[in-house]
Amino acid sequence: MDRSTLLPMPIDIDIAHVARLARLDLPEDELDTLRSQLSAILEHAAKVQSLDTEGVEPSNHPLGFVNAFREDVVTGSLDRDEVLAMAPEARDGYFAAPPAMSQE
Amino acid sequence: MSVGWEPVIGIEVHVELATQSKMFCGCAVSFGEAPNTNVCPTCLALPGALPVTNGKAIEWIIKIGLALHCEISEWSVFHRKNYFYADLPKNYQISQYDVPVCHDGWLDIDVDGETARIGIERAHQEEDTGKSLHMGEGGRIHAATETLLDFNRAGVPLVEVVSKPDIRSAAQARAYAQTLRQVIAELGVSDARLEEGSIRFDANISVRQGPDAEFGTKVEIKNMNSFRSLEKAVDFEIKRQIAELEAEGTIIQETRHWDEEAAVTTSMRTKEGSSDYRYFTEPDLVPLVVTPEWREHILSTLPELPHQRKDRYLALGVDTQTALALSSADTALRSLFEDTVGAGADAKAAANWITGEVVAWMRRESVDTIDVDSASVAEMIGMIDANELSASAAKEVLDGILRGEGTARAVAESRDLIQMTDTGAIESAVDSVLADNPDAVERYRAGEQKVVGFLVGQVMRATQGKADPKAVNGLLREKLS
Amino acid sequence: MSLADLTITDAAAGLRAGSHSSVDLTEAVLERASMTEAEVHAYLTIDREAALDAARAADAELAAGEDRGMLHGIPIALKDNMCQRGVETTAASQILAGYRPPYDATVVTRLRDAGAVLIGKANLDEFAMGSSTENSAYGPSRNPWDTGRVPGGSSGGSAAAVAAGSALGALGSDTGGSIRQPGSLCGVVGMKPTYGTVSRYGLIAFASSLDQIGPITRTVDDAVAVLESISGHDPLDATSWAGDYPDLTSEIDAGVAGKRIGVVSEFAGEGYEPAVTGALSHTLDQLSDAGAEVVEVSLPTVELALSAYYLIAPAECSANLARFDGMRYGLRVDGETTEELMARTRARGFGPEVIRRILLGTYALSAGYYDAFYGQAHKARTVLRTEFAAAYEKVDVLMSPTSPTVAFPFDAKSDPLSMYLSDVCTIPSNLSGDPAISVPVGLDGRGLPIGVQVMAPAMGEPVLFGVAKTIERLAGFDARPAMVEELA
Ligand SMILES: [Mg+2]
Ligand SMILES: [Zn+2]
Repeated sequence: MDRSTLLPMPIDIDIAHVARLARLDLPEDELDTLRSQLSAILEHAAKVQSLDTEGVEPSNHPLGFVNAFREDVVTGSLDRDEVLAMAPEARDGYFAAPPAMSQE
Repeated sequence: MSVGWEPVIGIEVHVELATQSKMFCGCAVSFGEAPNTNVCPTCLALPGALPVTNGKAIEWIIKIGLALHCEISEWSVFHRKNYFYADLPKNYQISQYDVPVCHDGWLDIDVDGETARIGIERAHQEEDTGKSLHMGEGGRIHAATETLLDFNRAGVPLVEVVSKPDIRSAAQARAYAQTLRQVIAELGVSDARLEEGSIRFDANISVRQGPDAEFGTKVEIKNMNSFRSLEKAVDFEIKRQIAELEAEGTIIQETRHWDEEAAVTTSMRTKEGSSDYRYFTEPDLVPLVVTPEWREHILSTLPELPHQRKDRYLALGVDTQTALALSSADTALRSLFEDTVGAGADAKAAANWITGEVVAWMRRESVDTIDVDSASVAEMIGMIDANELSASAAKEVLDGILRGEGTARAVAESRDLIQMTDTGAIESAVDSVLADNPDAVERYRAGEQKVVGFLVGQVMRATQGKADPKAVNGLLREKLS
Repeated sequence: MSLADLTITDAAAGLRAGSHSSVDLTEAVLERASMTEAEVHAYLTIDREAALDAARAADAELAAGEDRGMLHGIPIALKDNMCQRGVETTAASQILAGYRPPYDATVVTRLRDAGAVLIGKANLDEFAMGSSTENSAYGPSRNPWDTGRVPGGSSGGSAAAVAAGSALGALGSDTGGSIRQPGSLCGVVGMKPTYGTVSRYGLIAFASSLDQIGPITRTVDDAVAVLESISGHDPLDATSWAGDYPDLTSEIDAGVAGKRIGVVSEFAGEGYEPAVTGALSHTLDQLSDAGAEVVEVSLPTVELALSAYYLIAPAECSANLARFDGMRYGLRVDGETTEELMARTRARGFGPEVIRRILLGTYALSAGYYDAFYGQAHKARTVLRTEFAAAYEKVDVLMSPTSPTVAFPFDAKSDPLSMYLSDVCTIPSNLSGDPAISVPVGLDGRGLPIGVQVMAPAMGEPVLFGVAKTIERLAGFDARPAMVEELA
């Protein structure tokens, strides 16, 4: 990889954006603490960048095997009452939730 | 459209495969069943459940790729596409990213007699989401007060076919979608029903000033559920963008929703600002390897596709428009054609009769399928060639054949439609008409040529319409001169 | 000595000799739990009645001559990140409070098929993220050797149960050392099999490419017995090994004469307690005396393993834990919109360490950082595997301490980074996918157990167990926690 694309230190994190991507509604002060903890961990983790990986392929799977397929057969589904019994809220056979968008 | 503006259109097609079971679990693939009845730990994303790839789906995407002249990747992987949405159980979709199963193909389409080759960027394998019902006023997402979720569709195998931005008009967009649907339907890998959502289209549209200009800002339009609405939506969007640009406005990169009723595209203003999908290799699955042997085997199972059929029909002497129509006609009509030709009929005549009169008859009678003896159709065409049937008599014979009244000859005989080929009998009818109409003969000889028509009519009446009018005409002129 | 303190091997022999029944064993274990749980808190759920029913069924089968093998009638604990149908399974998280899975994990099915008696669900760090069990949303487990100290983690409950006698054996899961490190800190055997040889179906995922289920037992033979019953190809796990499996016992009594043992030179120095390095040297001397050739091996990239791990594991977990959104099961905190509901549910339902790792992984995968972090970590993984493979050309097994330290007091490692360093010796085997085992060899000056780690190449379980069993015999480690001595 092109070494010039590596990040400069210290690592700057848009923690509010990351929390939004991860769907975590956290208060300001917690986000501040997390930002500094993450920076410290990432500075340590960024040591991997010191490794020369020119021409190295990433490891996708520890054992390196391929083509694990199942037959196209129906093996059955769960009982709906059991499924909906787990749900925080259900109605008429559906899982129920608030609207996707706010009303304003 | 103003001079100089050129639309640039790419189309993404999502095809639900009609496998027995879902992409990564053993739940049935079904349509219209009671909600949440075809769900299991895997497709509901219960903690601990894992996906296992349906081998048939992989075979079928390769089939689609080969039909679209794509390269098949010898090695490819699944990725996780991460985004949160209520009907996406894992909150990531298993899809493909930088190495899809199929890439770099093409599809030929025909619009107004012109063929255009549309490039296929890629076809990748992924899984469908569940369905959200937005409850509230009119079922519209903006006015909804509640979401109801059904996961029967979650995990249904989905192939996404992405065209290159090679499409240049709304009519081409429609033709591309229709042609692609036809290919998919003929491969037998999908129900390919637009109304059930088993095939869905999104269009990416931009306009630019002439073919050498840079691409403009593109807008994605969604929610077209028929070929007609696809064409209308693309057309509307092209005009909207040109109007916007000519008014010195700018095009915003966004997703717009086709409103069928109002016939406009509207901006889908969602709070979903950033689409940072954080793709990474799906660690629960292993790579896909398509060996040359596997590829060859699948290639050998491909049926003849419309464009191949069209070329074959042209070689048989069928004219271009008819070959085009017939090659994408439904199976019953096509096999009628093949069998009729097989029974010895002339291909051009058979194609014309089938795409013309047979189709017209079906429309008149409001039937959508026919069961007809191809030997009779061939026989009818032979009788026309032998002058035994006039064109109008042949239409009646065909009607009899289609109604199951018997062979062409039997129908022609029972309906008394066989053309008189005995010249002696025609001649005696001509003679007696001339004898019975001396004034007419007189007027003709005085130079009134059109009186011949009257005399032909008299002969036809005398022969109950079975004489060949052309022969009658010739004979009359000969005798009158 | 109570029946609760038997090895699986001895308990199984006794069942067949008629010296005790499965009900006797199960009652002894439940009795032990009733005396130790208040202090140790190894379990989140104990299903007493179901355990006794299973024990009675096992007794009836054995009496009828239906012998399902070594685990038949043996009380076993499951780490609470493994789904058991109808039994509350929380992964020690608030977000799954009250959740009862509608299906069994494959390991649970296999244990049932083997006739094992499932005692209950053992405590863990929330979603297996941690090295001390302090991250459990339901309170930490305590080390039976010193209840002022942690049992290690994340399979701390499983290890504490086996050490305390509230199970004869247990299953743990190991993503970066979560079986071996608590095994070491609790003075029991903890073994992580070759990736892909035990099905992950029904294991609540932390980091899919690293997670592996394995046994926690009192002896090496017991670990072999448990692994034999749970390993094998599973069509429900696409990453499950579909080829041949080695005979786990083929080298169990082979000893170490003529074996080449490599000591990883990077796993020493600052941060390693002298008692720990001393115990390893002593073990190596014993092995050498027993005929092994001990050599130093350098694996330079293991120094970066921790860094790579703290990019790969959080990245995978950020996606694996996305499904906990309050829509279909588990905790829901209401909101005006689905997005608000999800974000509130997740912020409330997940503990601080889980939140930290989700954010870390989300960041490492996000636009612009992928190549520098996640992509580079996976390349480092390849380099590390290559180094391991080269080492195994020269030696049969590699050895190191299991953990740089013995069990530490609660709250001693409140800084996340210092806690992460507990796994420095164990993480490389997760990245390489190779098997590794921790064997207890002695106690430090304060009476706290010390383990040594043996690592082998993929599918090298036979030689791994052979060397481990030799170490066990040479060490003669038979100490038990004081609380057990008092009760026995
Ligand atoms: Mg897609
Ligand atoms: Zn399913």
